[in-house]
Amino acid sequence: MIVNKETIMELAAQGKRLDGRQMTEYRQPISMDLEISWTAEGSAKVTLGETVIMAGVKLSLEKPYNDTPDQGGIMINAELTPMSSSEYESGPPGIKAIELARVIDRGIREAKAIDMKQLCVTPGEKAWFVSIDIISINDAGNLFDASGLAVLAALKSTRFPVVDPVTGSINYKEKTDKKLPLLKEPISVTVYKINGQLLVDPSPQEEKSYQARLTVASDKNAIISAMQKGGEGPLTSEEITQMVDLALEKGEFLRGELNKFVK
Amino acid sequence: MAYTKRMDGRAVDELRPIEVKAGVIPNADGSASFKIGKTWAIAAVYGPREMFPRFLQDPTQGILRCHYAMMPFSGSGERIRPGTSRRSQEISMVMEKALRPVVDLSAFPNAVVDIFIQLPQTDAGTRCAAISAAAVALAAAGIPMTDMISSVAVGQVDGMVVADLTYNEEAYDGPVSDIPIAMTHISKEFTLLQMDGEISRDDLLKALEIAKSATEKVYELQMKALQERFKKE
Repeated sequence: MIVNKETIMELAAQGKRLDGRQMTEYRQPISMDLEISWTAEGSAKVTLGETVIMAGVKLSLEKPYNDTPDQGGIMINAELTPMSSSEYESGPPGIKAIELARVIDRGIREAKAIDMKQLCVTPGEKAWFVSIDIISINDAGNLFDASGLAVLAALKSTRFPVVDPVTGSINYKEKTDKKLPLLKEPISVTVYKINGQLLVDPSPQEEKSYQARLTVASDKNAIISAMQKGGEGPLTSEEITQMVDLALEKGEFLRGELNKFVK
Repeated sequence: MAYTKRMDGRAVDELRPIEVKAGVIPNADGSASFKIGKTWAIAAVYGPREMFPRFLQDPTQGILRCHYAMMPFSGSGERIRPGTSRRSQEISMVMEKALRPVVDLSAFPNAVVDIFIQLPQTDAGTRCAAISAAAVALAAAGIPMTDMISSVAVGQVDGMVVADLTYNEEAYDGPVSDIPIAMTHISKEFTLLQMDGEISRDDLLKALEIAKSATEKVYELQMKALQERFKKE
């Protein structure tokens, strides 16, 4: 990809962007398809401009961890597939995919979005574990926010599979009506700082030209559940305040978009 | 108790509903989505581009490389661990062999054409869906091709020769065979032929006959998707 970093920086200083958007404007369309995969217990496809992300949830019964015998667990994995951009290669997840998965994981885990205790079947013996996989289909920028939406939509569409009462084994081909115990619905918004100016929903060019970024996950009461600063540039406390305020505002916007597609 | 009626009510040579779309991944040079029943393959083509590592380059012509992957949540049972497996590597290899005869890469020495396949959900016939998707993606990418490749599975379920088996048919309690096939359109040659299970010689010949009309149906839908993609506004 040819990136004219200077042009992006100069435009940003004037509050402008290469694609003509406002600094705080998300691309359109924002759309979601739910239950795209019958083999997953929950799944979603999110389209944000030209960025396309899929997320799927698989449930399994496992022995709880020793330090939390009365709780289930979650695991989030992200794959930045070579299908989605010429910049990704086949092989084990690189640091970009690991950071993405970890940031989304914290947004869900630390918000206590899923009631882990309700996932427990028999304390110390058996509990539900929630495995979430994020797969990039087309990376046209802002995988953080698109992935956060896809994961939340997939979790909201998840239904438990039938468990055989005699053998205790899971029949993955049949689903019950029971949904995941979701206590909160945290939404991630990533704010970028380019040449002293703040913007959201970056294009791939903007993602190569930023000095700092801050991902903020928040619920509908504007309670922040996770943050992650990225990039090599420092942030002043004033900038952090502005970024958090912008993230909370855009979090509400994205929640509205999500609710158009998810009941 | 013979298998006299298909579980989902289809005729013996009837395929599940098929949906083909070209141009689903803007970043790719060519791409396609191929759904057949509840099996869904997405293919993206990148290239021709320089082949790395260099020692794999062929100075006489380009190389075609397939990368088949099921999404971790796409199996009908437990989560599948991400990353390559022996199964996915073998399928990638047979995909390359199925597509290579119609792809002309003589103009691209030292280059590679990569095809990446992802399956969001599966219900048998994944390698066939992957090949049919890949062929459309190659055409959409403008890679020189001498013919089209269309792929579908045929087989036998307890004495009934059928096209496009589902997972439940493959798992039928009785003699079953699954024969994934890929065919060229013009010359009507087979570029993929595998089989597991059991089948008599006569039933095999019958299955190969059914494969001809079944792949023809797939071909029509592949071409329709390409025409849709490149139609003038």
